[in-house]
Amino acid sequence: MGAIETGFIGQSVKRKEDMRYLTGAGQYTDDVSMANQTHAYFLRSPHAHATIRRIDTAKGKAAPGVVAIYTGADLEGVNGLPCGWLITSTDGTPMKEPPHHVLAKGKVRYVGDHVALVVAETREQAKDAAELIDVDYDVLPSVVNAVEALKPGAPQIHDEAPGNKCYTWAIGDKAAVDAAFAKAAHVTKLDLVNNRLVPNAIEPRAAVAAYSRSEDAYTLYVTSQNPHVERLLMTAFVLGLPEHKVRVIAPDVGGGFGSKIYLYSEETAMVWASKRVNRPIKWAAERSESFVSDAHGRDHVTHAELALDKDGKFLALRVHTTAAMGAYLSTFASCIPTILYATLLAGQYTTPVIYCEVDAVFTNTAPVDAYRGAGRPEATYVVERIVHQAAVEMGIPQDELRRRNFIRTFPYQTPVALLYDTGGYDATLDEAMKMADVKGFAARKAESAARGKLRGLGYAAYIEACGIAPSNIAGALGARAGLFEAGEVRVHPTGSVTVFTGSHSHGQGHETTFAQVVATRLGIPVENVDVVHGDTGRVLFGMGTYGSRSLAVGGTAIVKALDKIVAKGKKIAAHLLEAAEADIEFKDGKFAVAGTDRSKTFGEIALTAYVPHNYPLDKLEPGLNEMAFYDPTNFTFPAGTHICEVEIDPETGVVSIASFAACDDFGNIINPMIVEGQVHGGLTQGIGQALLENCVYDAESGQLLTGSLMDYAMPRADDVPSYKVATKVTPCTHNPLGAKGCGEAGAIGAPAALMNAVMDAMAAAGVKHFDMPASPHRVWQALQSAKAA
Amino acid sequence: MSVVVSMTVNGKVAQADVDPRTLLVDFLRTNLGLTGTHVGCDTAQCGACTVHLNGRAVKACNLLAVQAQGATVLTIEGVAAADGTMHPMQQAFKDCHGLQCGFCTPGMVMSALDLVARHPGADEKTIREQLEGNICRCTGYHNIVKAVAQGAAAMAR
Repeated sequence: MGAIETGFIGQSVKRKEDMRYLTGAGQYTDDVSMANQTHAYFLRSPHAHATIRRIDTAKGKAAPGVVAIYTGADLEGVNGLPCGWLITSTDGTPMKEPPHHVLAKGKVRYVGDHVALVVAETREQAKDAAELIDVDYDVLPSVVNAVEALKPGAPQIHDEAPGNKCYTWAIGDKAAVDAAFAKAAHVTKLDLVNNRLVPNAIEPRAAVAAYSRSEDAYTLYVTSQNPHVERLLMTAFVLGLPEHKVRVIAPDVGGGFGSKIYLYSEETAMVWASKRVNRPIKWAAERSESFVSDAHGRDHVTHAELALDKDGKFLALRVHTTAAMGAYLSTFASCIPTILYATLLAGQYTTPVIYCEVDAVFTNTAPVDAYRGAGRPEATYVVERIVHQAAVEMGIPQDELRRRNFIRTFPYQTPVALLYDTGGYDATLDEAMKMADVKGFAARKAESAARGKLRGLGYAAYIEACGIAPSNIAGALGARAGLFEAGEVRVHPTGSVTVFTGSHSHGQGHETTFAQVVATRLGIPVENVDVVHGDTGRVLFGMGTYGSRSLAVGGTAIVKALDKIVAKGKKIAAHLLEAAEADIEFKDGKFAVAGTDRSKTFGEIALTAYVPHNYPLDKLEPGLNEMAFYDPTNFTFPAGTHICEVEIDPETGVVSIASFAACDDFGNIINPMIVEGQVHGGLTQGIGQALLENCVYDAESGQLLTGSLMDYAMPRADDVPSYKVATKVTPCTHNPLGAKGCGEAGAIGAPAALMNAVMDAMAAAGVKHFDMPASPHRVWQALQSAKAA
Repeated sequence: MSVVVSMTVNGKVAQADVDPRTLLVDFLRTNLGLTGTHVGCDTAQCGACTVHLNGRAVKACNLLAVQAQGATVLTIEGVAAADGTMHPMQQAFKDCHGLQCGFCTPGMVMSALDLVARHPGADEKTIREQLEGNICRCTGYHNIVKAVAQGAAAMAR
């Protein structure tokens, strides 16, 4: 595994955070209550697109228990919610950024858009009062599909975005791609829809906002993956408050998957209103609200073409994608189908030239933003579906076609901007094929056929780019934020340690993984290390957790702080041991004079730092507390192969997953148990997308048809198998942990693997084109249509 | 208008004046401060609010507090031993990494205990089928299924 495998590194240490979750002692935002608190309810638009002629709140304000009702007109001086990434169109113009009002002004643009904030003594009273608000809407035609929204005559959603176009962006050498296609021996073409998903973290979004008149300061508890970013966006861009007057706390957070990265209207309006009502305000979304108002994921329509030579070498890839943005630009919406999508289209392959053009389009739907994988599952889906199709068309075995095109020398510069530092794609493919028992597949397929069932095998050799960085290059590409992470290591006088990290854990287990890193480095027990996160009042700064960045970026910031702790410890030890600093070695929790048995324990050094009686006070400050910022020099590139085997009952269209094998390369692994758990969860979300989940708006009315857990099929325990997972390791070359990240891989590889298996199974029945999800009705219909044809 | 509801929760008598429309889950969370029982949906689908009512697993978001009048209720806060030692099922979830964000976890544990009572020695297929009423978005169920089997075995000892 590499040089770092010592101490607790590589051990499946049981999680420090588990007991509170298992005994009901977790503190999630909705568990927080404040004295004298009020409750919020948001009146939302029942229409997909309408002009607001008039809002009459009088009856609502007179209702029992109502403290205040605010509408967009009340929010004077409050700016719109910002988008954190500027994409520039191919014609050089900036993307269209129509105002994203905290509460609607003049118009509503999707079902669920925020119309009014009701503050009352109880949640029920707020809800009752909202029903008494009289809104006079002039309903307008709506458009919920991005392709339809681009057509001439489509309803216009924003005056600022003619034709509903946010931007047209492109990457790659179009002329070179066209030339390569002209010489191709074979061209495979594919049309794909990447279905819209609703994140559905099991904890709905929630917030508690409080204002202190005496301090002129705010406290916000909120379900956030990145409380510092939330505070920065809210204070600097929207409310115009000084940051030091706002403390944002993201306590235990019940899953995020991207949906809790963003600055939303609800908590923003509540912070503003908490000063006006001068009382704390609490809100928790009902699941129905989550469905209509959380940022959704995916929603791409893509045409792809792959050019190959006669031996199956990829010559060029040409892709056009229409990406839905929803009604407004969510915080990072614009960079998902561009920077985090098109740059991944090389996959694991040496395709020499690639061109991708993306139209980003406003629609009358909830905003679309990053959802587990964020652009990379969409890219993998395009690449791996078309590679599968090309292998079928050319009669080359799936593994063989992939091998003929694997990148094998690193670093590797792709034609779409990324520089892969390391990887080992043959190793993960080989292992996945062993785990999936590919050799035995033909016999299993024959056995299925004898029972009248269709069996298929599907591959996805994916790559992802994690720990998005470095800040200066991201800035040049349009990022409006830094992409570093901060960490602080506070050694207490008795040698125990509190670590403060800007990363946020909402299920990832940082309290354990980060403690393992620190305990190993300092040679102390894991129990002696506690990790603090999710509080701008305690943690120096942070960019939070998204894009599988926490260990690679946040963990590295902690390592940098540890380096400073050790460096200072050596100075203290040198003084105590009357040796030269250069002669002090730190190993296994001891500072020793090299080549002697003279040493001081880590605890003795810590105590000396805080009780500096025998201490070089003229040269060194007392105390042992260090902080560090780390801005990575490159992305990390986790990769692997997932192989899915399905059996389809043609009578019912039911797709059963016979087996799912995943072999991933995440670089060095700190806690294998936690990593496996991340893979299981990611796979299930990917399988959910491919098999079950589908967010559907009615084309006519713009209503969300899949607006509850009874209409939107979430994966349940009996929908998925037990998984076969394994890892191979090529350590990341540019961070000291050698870590790449593992949070999103499952969701990135699984949809393509599963759908390729479904396509393989249905090929015998003549099905040539099929989109996700492979739900029974859709599969059955595809089989019937193929039969009829 | 309010009604007085009274029930035994985790071995203690609990009584409060509540609005008649108060759900059992809100009574537990708001009136009793037992915030371990979570609300994850509004259609009785996710199971995060699962508690035991007279020994059976129920979804506390789908019952009015008045429907639990006089009943015996067990919530996640009442599962561990009085000295804090976790129940074998809780321990199995920890040992098998059967939880990540922890939000569905109390409901999962309460369902798992009910499952074991109804299906001692359940195999993987039965466990998966019986967990249909509890949604987890983090773990992919793999380790939850392992935890339930391991917890059941530990309880049988």
